[in-house]
Amino acid sequence: MTNERPLTGDMRADGEPLTLVEYERAGGYQALRKALSLSPQAIQDEVKKSALRGRGGAGFPTGVKWSVVPMGAQARRPKYLVVNADEMEPGTMKDRWLLEGNPHQLIEGIIISAYAIEADVAYIFLRWAYKRSARLLEQAIAEAHDRHYLGKDILGSGFRLDVHLHTSAGRYMCGEETGLLNSLEGKRATPRAKPPFPQVSGLWGKPTVVDNVETLCCVPHIVSHGWEWFKALSCTENGGTKLFGASGRVKRPGLWELPLGTTVGELLHEQAGGMRDGYAFRGLLPGGASTGFLTEEHFDAAMDFDALEKLGSRMGTGTMIVLDNQTCPVGTVFSLLSFFARESCGWCTPCREGLPWVTRALQALEEGRGEPIDLEVLEHSIRMIRMNYTFCALAPGAMMPLETALKYYRADFERHVTEKRCPWRG
Amino acid sequence: MLSRDEEEEIAGTLARYADRRAALPEALNIVQRYRGWVSDESVRDIAARLEMTPEDVDSIATFYSMIFRQPVGRHVILLCDSVSCWIVDYHVIREHLERRLGITLGQTTADNRFTLLPAACLGACDHAPVMMIDDELYLDLTPDRVDDILAQYSS
Repeated sequence: MTNERPLTGDMRADGEPLTLVEYERAGGYQALRKALSLSPQAIQDEVKKSALRGRGGAGFPTGVKWSVVPMGAQARRPKYLVVNADEMEPGTMKDRWLLEGNPHQLIEGIIISAYAIEADVAYIFLRWAYKRSARLLEQAIAEAHDRHYLGKDILGSGFRLDVHLHTSAGRYMCGEETGLLNSLEGKRATPRAKPPFPQVSGLWGKPTVVDNVETLCCVPHIVSHGWEWFKALSCTENGGTKLFGASGRVKRPGLWELPLGTTVGELLHEQAGGMRDGYAFRGLLPGGASTGFLTEEHFDAAMDFDALEKLGSRMGTGTMIVLDNQTCPVGTVFSLLSFFARESCGWCTPCREGLPWVTRALQALEEGRGEPIDLEVLEHSIRMIRMNYTFCALAPGAMMPLETALKYYRADFERHVTEKRCPWRG
Repeated sequence: MLSRDEEEEIAGTLARYADRRAALPEALNIVQRYRGWVSDESVRDIAARLEMTPEDVDSIATFYSMIFRQPVGRHVILLCDSVSCWIVDYHVIREHLERRLGITLGQTTADNRFTLLPAACLGACDHAPVMMIDDELYLDLTPDRVDDILAQYSS
């Protein structure tokens, strides 16, 4: 019988991290031994067939991402694997669970994934705020070296890998794939033009793969149990379990590992316990700040990449933010857009100029100074700030909650104008 | 001038990267850990150490939110204002902190004990509202709990 919660099922209940000994006792680093007996291509094939999609928010198929990396003697070296542990999407706390609960699982995922793309060096790009994670990762890296899971000749296989921890200095753009690479090179975290894609020309111009923490934590389990098992964990065409979460005024805010495709309603009602007494449900952002609002009519929707995209939203990071009836939807969107405007890296004009403009219009509405034209400004911005008009996905992502809020809470926006005040602030 | 400890730590990070300037964010973090903030003099010292111009170093130092280019108090309070905390009592905690400390966001108390700053999502949204003081994360804040926490830093 295999574990149906492979990423978190072995974690300790007391919140302390799984030690190396405990991890090994639970089968840890057996997947690495198996992987080293296979060819890198065989692991890539396995991951591709598992239908693992990136867990950082964009949902790109991991095996496809890897398949573009130049392989063999002709490839330029060194090649890099970069772990995106810069968790900063508002409403998202899932990678912290993995980093603090079982750091060795991530280390094993890094080693196997690096082997699969023949990487020489790995960097863990960690959020500055995750102080405990930093201590635990440093310790786990040292322990892995002592056990010959890392270093010159890993378990006698001839494969060599060094892992370095890099702590960010704080900026949302560091979570964007190419912004992260610039930041790791000691530059401002501005996005790069694609192509060339990082797999061909990434960190210091060398072949580089950037993968999210949760994505990499799936890899040892795929190698251990096979792609068919991993795919069957999910209720959808995409493979695996997913770390889901809920925050806001629900009875039991928290995090859960469940099959990919668990419904929105089950997460909200069964896992999060529904709304707190005295609060009614208005809507939710299914996976962080840059996803679109869903409402009651979407309770049967599957929390999955494809299903939520069809509904005009995105699964994003899978950690939902719940809006209640005592919180102003305009104020909530103002809070969201203030974040995006503050975090814009300033590289391209629609984002640098557009997001502050949108934020000022929302602020005017909230402060009772709103005019009908402010709603037109918001509508106009949604048309003008979108993919391919901007350099990266930050500003288009910011437009998702705005666009869907205008769709579902239009009357609330209009009340701010007609009543010349925020109705929630009296 | 960089201290010997700062020099040694910066040298240690250089080995991790293929290029010298990649050590810059860590160098800024290191200097700030020893001095609380990064002064103009430190910008020049780091620039000299990494063979960069001070302007180049400053463009990085001012880009990243957690590098302080102005002096801060002995303890830095980072109050999360992102959406999950915003929904769950951010305003209550902010008003309480501002009243207790007698300052607003972005200011330092007269006794130089605390600087109060806004922070983006701290990744503990199921325990909103949250804040960090220096390296410590504080969850499920209420005004009473904030009082208890501040007392720990006031002795």
